[in-house]
Amino acid sequence: MALVLNEEQVMLKDSAAGFLAQKAGVPQLRALRDGNSAEGFDPAVWREMVDMGWAGIAIPEDFGGLGYGYTGFGLVLEQVGRHLSCSPLESSVLVAATLVNELGSPAQKARWLPAIAGGDCQMTLALQEGSHHAPERTAATARAEGDGFVLNGDKVLVLDAATAGHFLVVARTAGEAGDTEGLGVFLVAAGTEGLSVEPRSMVDSRSAGALALRDVRVDADAVLGEPGAAWAALERTLDIANIGLAAELLGLSVEAFERTVAYLQERKQFGRIIGGFQGLQHRAAELFAELELARSTVLKALQAIDGDADKLSLLASAAKAKLCEVAARATNEAIQMHGGIGMTDEHEIGFFIKRARVVQHTFGDYNYHLDRFARLSGF
Amino acid sequence: MTDLDQFRADTRAWLEENCPQSMRTPRLNFDDAYWGGRRPDIAHPDQKLWCERMAGRGWTVPQWPKEYGGGGLGKDEAKVLRQEMARINARSPLESFGISMLGPALLKFGSEEQKKEHLPRIARGEIRWCQGYSEPNAGSDLASLQTRAEDRGDHYLINGQKVWTSYADKADWIFCLVRTDNSGSKHEGISFVLFDMDQPGVTVKPIKLISGSSPFCETFFDDAKALKKNLIGEEGKGWTIAKYLLTHEREMISAFGTAPKQSLGETALETVGADASGRLANGVLRRDIAQYQLDALAFGHTMARVGDEAKAGQGLGPASSIFKYYGTELNKRRNELNLAVRGEGALGWDGEVYDGGRLSRDWLRSKGNSIEGGTSEVQLNIIAKRVLGLPDA
Repeated sequence: MALVLNEEQVMLKDSAAGFLAQKAGVPQLRALRDGNSAEGFDPAVWREMVDMGWAGIAIPEDFGGLGYGYTGFGLVLEQVGRHLSCSPLESSVLVAATLVNELGSPAQKARWLPAIAGGDCQMTLALQEGSHHAPERTAATARAEGDGFVLNGDKVLVLDAATAGHFLVVARTAGEAGDTEGLGVFLVAAGTEGLSVEPRSMVDSRSAGALALRDVRVDADAVLGEPGAAWAALERTLDIANIGLAAELLGLSVEAFERTVAYLQERKQFGRIIGGFQGLQHRAAELFAELELARSTVLKALQAIDGDADKLSLLASAAKAKLCEVAARATNEAIQMHGGIGMTDEHEIGFFIKRARVVQHTFGDYNYHLDRFARLSGF
Repeated sequence: MTDLDQFRADTRAWLEENCPQSMRTPRLNFDDAYWGGRRPDIAHPDQKLWCERMAGRGWTVPQWPKEYGGGGLGKDEAKVLRQEMARINARSPLESFGISMLGPALLKFGSEEQKKEHLPRIARGEIRWCQGYSEPNAGSDLASLQTRAEDRGDHYLINGQKVWTSYADKADWIFCLVRTDNSGSKHEGISFVLFDMDQPGVTVKPIKLISGSSPFCETFFDDAKALKKNLIGEEGKGWTIAKYLLTHEREMISAFGTAPKQSLGETALETVGADASGRLANGVLRRDIAQYQLDALAFGHTMARVGDEAKAGQGLGPASSIFKYYGTELNKRRNELNLAVRGEGALGWDGEVYDGGRLSRDWLRSKGNSIEGGTSEVQLNIIAKRVLGLPDA
């Protein structure tokens, strides 16, 4: 597949950019934060995104989506990163819908995917338990009992936990922490007895939260796929999720960089434009080069999802690791090159570094993915 | 059968019949290539034969027009030829700065008469060319060059010195930047001339590098003559041609950044060993190698993306400006890691056990990649100013 965008994809990218700039940019994020928004996003704006088809963008047409593929979805996520737009697009569409599609039975897909695509159901993955992403170390348990299962465990960094109607809880039916065998995915509705949701205040002002599951009973049909055999689908879903997050980080990094270059072009000190100083020029030029490499890894990985490439995991970890590295550098340099004004809450550049770190960490940070990249490369 | 299928079938048959068996193996090293010229270095008699046969069809320069010694092939046909050559592992018949650097400049800026005179001889490998650009006081600041060319009616009289002239000791002709006018800004008054090196006013002295090899020379001009009919473009307007040509040179050097077949990580498992879980035993080295391999992969994808964008008619985007800088820095990182991974085995200078010191010599040679053809610092200046629009210092 040629590493270029087609006309349809360029149009999608442009229309997403226009919409998000107007409805879901940094000023709106600031307003949500300052208003202590319980949702962490604007439900009316989310409804408009749903109406444009974004919630079903990568969901197959047979299940009520647009069947547009992940390359197209990635372009929207890149724009989401550029504008720091808040919505359940990542939690419900990128992650949960993908997992249902990869792991669910035909009946489960028919029930849940159209509901997600139509915005009637908001779903999110509950995976992480400790300080770091380590899916095979899942300790939460699912004990078979009667016709169903009883779930116990604790989860953190559950995206959009406060507003989710359903949780996809990863829990173990067999084996112990470290085994990839024995993991299952269980659909739990908000409000189920024994499930408590604790919204937490995160540095990016988005609404992630923690779950406590205490003897939560679910029916047998709450299991996605076969109990205990979720690993392959979960791994593929996490690969796709990380590629999508890499696309978001790309948009975020490019925007932070462009704002920084614009500042270098206007700020004067010592009687001259500071962008004329070679010490800054070379750092900016190096960052430009890194961003071009970052863009290529993201595009290659997105196309690998749609093209069913066999090296998806390697390309996913390559993309996420590269974008974690570049996003960290771009946002750190953004603050430094803005100088004192970059440290103020009044200036918008600070929002980029905060969001970047949460996206970097989610589903594995630089260290996790560089290690995985090396392992998948055979060393 | 489409025309292209027919072309493929004909090409395959012709190559099968005409490519000598000895030319169907990879080159042993850089010196094993055939460079042509009046006094060719011939490592194997088939090299010359193979070059002549290919040149007979215009296939040393498949996409140049036929009237200039080329094959007149379109993009798709040229791709088929490359694929068919790769299928039988056929070597490139001719390495040449005439093909990779001077040719494109002549096709763009040369007069009809100049093209007819020089291009066919480049295509047939009859004349070996070298590039006279850098001077002792004009390296990164190339436009400060001072080699003088004095107007003597039908010719110029040339005096001055060039340095870092690649293979000047083996070349027959030189394409050279000279100063025909000193009165304006430094970018004005530079002219692009061609002349024969086989004349009393030209002296060449090879420079021995830290790697032990001598790919470069100092070249001295003492009343050397260049016929005026070999002035390319207008007098005093040679800087435009020089810049155009440099982009070709930089593309060539940036290709050094592409990754070799066996990965460093795999090699390191053999030399350093693995831990109980199969990971490279030294975590610090493992991280360095992983970072390098990740960047090499990303660089490869970027080369591919820029190529695809150009094919799709989107032009050569700003990403192309990073190639020279990134590719050469990457090559230096790879060579440094080679030393770390091979340890003592990479420190040999000579002898069979060290493969003639290949690793240490390649490592030392790589240090020049980010200097020749525009230093990394100059490349960063160019990105900052031309791409990012930052002001002059």
